[in-house]
Amino acid sequence: MSLPPLTTLPNPIRPAFTKGLTPGSVIVNIGPSHPATHGTIQIVAEISGERVVRTDVHCGYLHRGFEKECESHTWHTLIPYVDRLNYCSALINDFAYCEAVEKLMGIELTPRCRHLRTLLAEYSRIADHLTCVAAALMEMGAMTAFLYLVTIRDYIYEHIADLTGARVTHSYGRIGGLARDLPDGWLQRLEEILDQMDTFVDRVHGLVDRNRIFIDRTRDVGVIGTTEAINWGFTGPILRSTGAPRDLRKDTPYLSYGELEFEIPVGIKGDNYDRYYVRMREIDESKHMIRQLIDMLQPGPISVDDRRCTLPDKQAVYTEIEALINHFKLIMEGPQVPAGEAYSAHEGANGELGFYLVSVGGGVPWKVHCRSPSFVHMGGVHRMLDGYQLADLVPTFGSINMIGGECDR
Amino acid sequence: MAHGILVLQIAAESLMPVAGRLKQEFGFDLFLDVTATDWPQRRPRFDVVYHFYSTRDFVRVRLKTRVEEADPTVDTLVTLYGSARYMERECHEMYGIRFRGNDDLRPLLLYEGFVGHPLRKDYPKQREQPLVPYRDVKR
Repeated sequence: MSLPPLTTLPNPIRPAFTKGLTPGSVIVNIGPSHPATHGTIQIVAEISGERVVRTDVHCGYLHRGFEKECESHTWHTLIPYVDRLNYCSALINDFAYCEAVEKLMGIELTPRCRHLRTLLAEYSRIADHLTCVAAALMEMGAMTAFLYLVTIRDYIYEHIADLTGARVTHSYGRIGGLARDLPDGWLQRLEEILDQMDTFVDRVHGLVDRNRIFIDRTRDVGVIGTTEAINWGFTGPILRSTGAPRDLRKDTPYLSYGELEFEIPVGIKGDNYDRYYVRMREIDESKHMIRQLIDMLQPGPISVDDRRCTLPDKQAVYTEIEALINHFKLIMEGPQVPAGEAYSAHEGANGELGFYLVSVGGGVPWKVHCRSPSFVHMGGVHRMLDGYQLADLVPTFGSINMIGGECDR
Repeated sequence: MAHGILVLQIAAESLMPVAGRLKQEFGFDLFLDVTATDWPQRRPRFDVVYHFYSTRDFVRVRLKTRVEEADPTVDTLVTLYGSARYMERECHEMYGIRFRGNDDLRPLLLYEGFVGHPLRKDYPKQREQPLVPYRDVKR
């Protein structure tokens, strides 16, 4: 066994530039596997001294043909793939995808399912924001804050595992409902975790908010304005950090968000500090929403009573031929989705997460397209990197929260 | 209207004027997405599908235009939206749609030298194009 010499290996990318614009500038390659950037991303940067002149961002190292693979699975069996888009908040992906299919089928969810989906989406959002803030802080050297936040995140993951059976990729959404109802005592534990989270999040506020090192590295770094952010397609916490109160949960209410009371935290300048603070405040708002939803939850069915998508009761499958055939048809052929196309967007943890589905009728999608926020953000991230110090690349990149699974699909 | 979204079916030549009007007059300031749909049995073969969102009125609109397999070319929207640059690159490598005026259509999710357009229906799912040749394993 012999490896070809390194020089003959083809380069997977073609950088946009190989020569510097200014005399004395240097082209450096950062990544795709770099200890200071979480996520596999390659940045070719022209630097003049310590200053970044321009950058060329390459993603795609985690591309696994999500959209192609979906075209040979039934509408139901591709849900596990959907989970692996944004693996920090997999439930939001599940629900956004399921809602797009439900739109095509014309399905109205049961109230319990609607509330539970909203609750779990907000719970996932907390986990996602905790991950993002923790990782960004750790990259700046704040190990204690990282451990505090990740402790809580792990409580949340274990808690969701009690419900779904998996810590990270849950595959819990179903077309027209959810996989199963809450286990006993789940909501009590939820209250406990929310209380503990208050303590830990307060500690992080105390450690970081007025910390000189943190402020120096984040204030006025990676600044972007509202108009420019919209031009480059930024949504979610990044757009809100510029001061624009744009949130799909408020603007185009879906699930139960119309019945909830919450605020949209916004930043002032659109710099790294604002993005940190918007995420921390959103954790508080999500917690507020979860507490309202716990009160709103009423007993009831979690899946719609619709034989086109919901599996029949197991007892009936064993005793009645109609239920057996129904079960068989749903598993082997998939839910029969009428022909048409639908776009459904949820406010993901990073921004607008949209699914554009095309059906030609039958159990297999003709096309599943995911509009992932991270991918679009990578198209505009050079606006936040250019002109700052090379070392600023790390906190700026951390504050954007690029998720490889979602970006590269 | 289809499932809550206004759909506009337009000719490829009128893409630029329509998109320009949508942005200037109707406030569709956020370019969400561009992708294509492949209909191998149909002439013209491809639909190029755009989604826009208005951060003022909170509504979405979908633009669809058809292009022929022999000349799958539409105008680029980079002059209107910066974000179009990256998304058009993706659509180009996945479906082979050419965006006239976009000077940066290098491969993005795929690698340099990838042959074909994987999201076209005639691209087999199992086809392999290893960038680094497989090594012999001697036992």
